[in-house]
Amino acid sequence: MARAVTTRRKIVTTVVAWAVGLLIFFPIYWTILTSFKTEAQAVANPPLFFGFDFTLENYAIVQERSDYMRYLWNSVIIAGGSTILGILIAVPAAWSMAFVPSKRTKDILLWMLSTKMLPAVGVLYPISLLFVQFDLLDTRGGLIVVLMLINLPIIVWMLYTYFREIPGEILEAARMDGAGLRAEILYVLTPMAIPGIASTILLNVILAWNEAFWTLNLTAVNAAPLTAFIASYSSPEGLFYAKLSAASTMAIAPILVMGWFSQKQLVRGLTFGAVK
Amino acid sequence: MGRITLDKVTKAFGEVEVIPPLDLTIEDGEFVVFVGPSGCGKSTLLRLIAGLEDVTGGQIRIDGKDATAVPPAKRGLAMVFQSYALYPHMSVRKNIAFPLRMAGLDKAEQDRRVKNAADVLNLTDYLDRRPGQLSGGQRQRVAIGRAIVREPAAFLFDEPLSNLDAALRVGMRLEISELHERLKTTMIYVTHDQVEAMTMADKIVVLRAGHIEQVGSPLELYREPRNLFVAGFIGSPRMNLIDGEEARKRDAATIGVRPEHITPSPDTGTWKGRVGVAEHLGSDTFFHVHIDGRSEPVTVRAGGEVAMHHGDTIYLTPDEERIHRFDGKGLRIA
Repeated sequence: MARAVTTRRKIVTTVVAWAVGLLIFFPIYWTILTSFKTEAQAVANPPLFFGFDFTLENYAIVQERSDYMRYLWNSVIIAGGSTILGILIAVPAAWSMAFVPSKRTKDILLWMLSTKMLPAVGVLYPISLLFVQFDLLDTRGGLIVVLMLINLPIIVWMLYTYFREIPGEILEAARMDGAGLRAEILYVLTPMAIPGIASTILLNVILAWNEAFWTLNLTAVNAAPLTAFIASYSSPEGLFYAKLSAASTMAIAPILVMGWFSQKQLVRGLTFGAVK
Repeated sequence: MGRITLDKVTKAFGEVEVIPPLDLTIEDGEFVVFVGPSGCGKSTLLRLIAGLEDVTGGQIRIDGKDATAVPPAKRGLAMVFQSYALYPHMSVRKNIAFPLRMAGLDKAEQDRRVKNAADVLNLTDYLDRRPGQLSGGQRQRVAIGRAIVREPAAFLFDEPLSNLDAALRVGMRLEISELHERLKTTMIYVTHDQVEAMTMADKIVVLRAGHIEQVGSPLELYREPRNLFVAGFIGSPRMNLIDGEEARKRDAATIGVRPEHITPSPDTGTWKGRVGVAEHLGSDTFFHVHIDGRSEPVTVRAGGEVAMHHGDTIYLTPDEERIHRFDGKGLRIA
């Protein structure tokens, strides 16, 4: 039975929703705002919301001091590469867990998730040693592999959840129709799971894009992505809030735009299967 | 060709044996129906033949060749599922063409065969729609179309009509029977509905708990059920099974009389009783008669317009020639 929604209730919910939304968005808003101030105004007390001298100077200086495009390109390659690699590994893994589960499938899933509970710094030393050993320090390839491994449990979990929603009979029908395993996954399972796979890709790109611990620790110059670009402005030389904000804004802008355009897909994907 | 032989096939899920050793031969071109109550293993048996489940022991041969370890994709069988199992992201055309595409046929041949199948199944106008835009009956036709295009050695049907409403079910039943007449391909059909089994089958396999209770033509099963289970399962309404004094009089532990083999009369007969529920179907009337000293009512089939009602006294005379006699173990006495 539908509940009657009064106008008062609607107003209250709307106000609360906006308040929560603004609260979450405020840091981003403040960063963007600060990036257009002078360094002096950026640290002004009380903080300035209006009436500051709008300037693009910070962006100019940031671009002059460091090559934004190179960092951006590294971010794109690392986030995209680790996602594609992760999906390629996770689709067959999730297929087997969802459609031919064994007695231990649940345990494996939980064990995989448990690796996410491990503090990353705990494995910094072994991974650094491996990187040194295999000459992977400051390479995009090395970072792609590490970020893929970091996010693989999440990708497998998400895909597993989506695949479970797909009736097994359809895959059996494909088998009866002469499809081998490869054809079954490629022509039947994957197209049916597109919404789920798309939101998995989106989430993973965002996670990989924002990942800072490994990208900062394992890169220096050649493979440094946007996280390193931001970090280079929080320097001990002094406080450069405005420039730091400009760098941050430039770093988050691509992912913000992508998130904005795909928000529907993302929300649908994340709640997929929650409601039948 | 489509001769399928099961040789001591067994299936166990963990400790639970769902199919004890089972032998069965399905001849080329036969329409075989597996029938039994739910949980009797009929679907499992079909899935073993399809290759969707692995056998635990024994051998499955298709046209004499050992197919036990052959994956479903390579067995050359086609299957129609209860849920239709169409590919929701493909048009009807692509659904039907999918097995041909998997077989690597060229595009022109694919189109030709899809067109033929669509003509046969009245799907020509729907070829560009998605399964989601079709009714249940149309979806079932697409599933059948997908099965026939590749000219399989045998068709496997897993309760294909269960999701359809009653009227459509009768129509589709006829269509499948006609299809079998025309194609002459082996068909194995699983159902729990004994009416479907009786009307469609050349050969019925009655299953209970993984065991084959009896194999035979519909009329063989109707006339000479081998045991009480088959006697009770085949025939509608079901056979009246009577034990006690009446059975002893006829040298049996239990006797069975079909409702159509009892003559009702308002004034004279072998057994006296009282009409309980009377079901008037127009063409027939079924009386549920309470006989003195018996807890279960006896079902009797009478003509369409018999003027007897609830509470009336009624006399029943069984056709002695057609009484089935069973011994203490429930087996038929010849």
